[in-house]
Amino acid sequence: MNVTRVRIGALLATGVLAAGLAGCAASNTASGTNQSGGSTAAGTGTVTIYAAASLKTTFTKIASEFEAANPDTKVMLNFAGSSDLVTQITQGAPADVVASADTRNMAKLSDAKLIDGTASNFATNVLEIAVPPANPASISSFADLAKPGVKVVVCAPQVPCGSATETVEKATGTTLKPVSEESSVSDVLGKVTSGEADAGLVYVTDVRNAGDKVKGIPFSESDKAVNTYPIATVGSSKNKELAKAFIAMVTGSEGRKVLSDAGFGTP
Amino acid sequence: MTPASAPRSKAWTARKTGRRDTGYTGVPPWVFALAAAGAVFVLLPLAAMVAKVNWGQFIPLITSEPSLTALGLSLRTSATSTVLCIVLGVPLALVLARASFPGQRLLRAFVLLPLVLPPVVGGIALLYTFGRQGLLGRSLELAGIQIAFSTTAVVLAQTFVALPFLVVSLEGALRTAGTKYEAVAATLGARPTTVLRRVSIPLVLPGLASGAVLSFARCLGEFGATLTFAGSLQGVTRTLPLEIYLQRETDADAAVALSLVLVAVAVAVVGLSYRRPRALPLQAGTK
Repeated sequence: MNVTRVRIGALLATGVLAAGLAGCAASNTASGTNQSGGSTAAGTGTVTIYAAASLKTTFTKIASEFEAANPDTKVMLNFAGSSDLVTQITQGAPADVVASADTRNMAKLSDAKLIDGTASNFATNVLEIAVPPANPASISSFADLAKPGVKVVVCAPQVPCGSATETVEKATGTTLKPVSEESSVSDVLGKVTSGEADAGLVYVTDVRNAGDKVKGIPFSESDKAVNTYPIATVGSSKNKELAKAFIAMVTGSEGRKVLSDAGFGTP
Repeated sequence: MTPASAPRSKAWTARKTGRRDTGYTGVPPWVFALAAAGAVFVLLPLAAMVAKVNWGQFIPLITSEPSLTALGLSLRTSATSTVLCIVLGVPLALVLARASFPGQRLLRAFVLLPLVLPPVVGGIALLYTFGRQGLLGRSLELAGIQIAFSTTAVVLAQTFVALPFLVVSLEGALRTAGTKYEAVAATLGARPTTVLRRVSIPLVLPGLASGAVLSFARCLGEFGATLTFAGSLQGVTRTLPLEIYLQRETDADAAVALSLVLVAVAVAVVGLSYRRPRALPLQAGTK
């Protein structure tokens, strides 16, 4: 009985290992063929897009339009914070196109010679105040955020939305005393939608994307910190034709329409 | 009442002599090969991280003001949470190991849930319990207690994820120790509380200690629930893992250096106190 059990265990372990190895091998071959297929015949194959998290809705839409316009293509999308994208691409992630939420992170890639040529700016975004639908702290301006007792959540200065917040604070001479400095826009938005915070500073596009879960309060000082979104072909891309075609769609009229509908500005 | 007077059963003698004396390990060579692979799998990433440390800047990086604040906050909150885990976890383990009541298995399953739950789910659950709009949060707010964005929220998040570690360790220890000595103490007239204090707890002290250490280590590493539930503000809610997560955005060197600090603290805590299960102290004393 014991012996049988041990054998079964060993068999299972071997099976799992074999399956794991087979899985690795399979995925390697698959991506290999896709990439080589793409480089021989322009306009077909798989194109992998690494994009900032704030582009999730728009790029998902643009990707399906791209697939519809180019029947033999498949767009793979990876969304993360811009600095994560830089880390991933620096570590050799198989990306064909990279779109970051700020020029600073794209500059890191360009300095490391990891992108082809210069990046093109395709969208802008500005901050907006997000409050719970009932607006419990009656916020109506940027200065209101500094009122005592208002629980305001912002992005930490280390991330793009936080550095934009800092710029607006400096430009307006208003010092905020946030109850939390989050690492991402979605964390800020989460604190507002759950009603934990009275207000949060996020991008216009995030407010629009959140629908009626939050109310957006635009403020004129937001033009002091305009975030620019650059897009570029990754230098190590094995499918540059397709990468360029995707970038053309983002920067062209179809992409422009999707982006404006989501609240992005024109650079 | 001491085990010396207890008759030495065959099983008891076998346990005392120990397996090591026979010289037989019973581990086939291929198990060693897989074990080596397992060890490498855990150690290699740690080694890779150590190799990435910028040693020239190491001391300035880990002694920067935000780093020290985060480390101090992590140690303070983890210690508080561990005490809370002991206060809440010991009774839970006792009830699960000793009592029997309807729904006991269900209770055990739910108490252990945070072990397998992604911490961010724990954070969401805590938010809807203690948050401003939460189940208890509204009443707490009326009473003037605000938990969201406070250090208390960090402690609650850590306790939530670490409690099962203490309960599991202690329940196991209680079951292994058995009820013999407790029954003897009770027949000699000891009241339940006295039995608990003088027999049960001393018997399982090593299990309790290792459970507490595991809980502390888990608290130290808590990230997801804290981020979701408590927020991130220097000196208030930004513990070391959150500081690492934030530093990573701009300064990879600082993130790696702080990660190493966290690894070192965790290794020290676990290595110093979490030993191989030993013979029960009462048995050892009868030699």
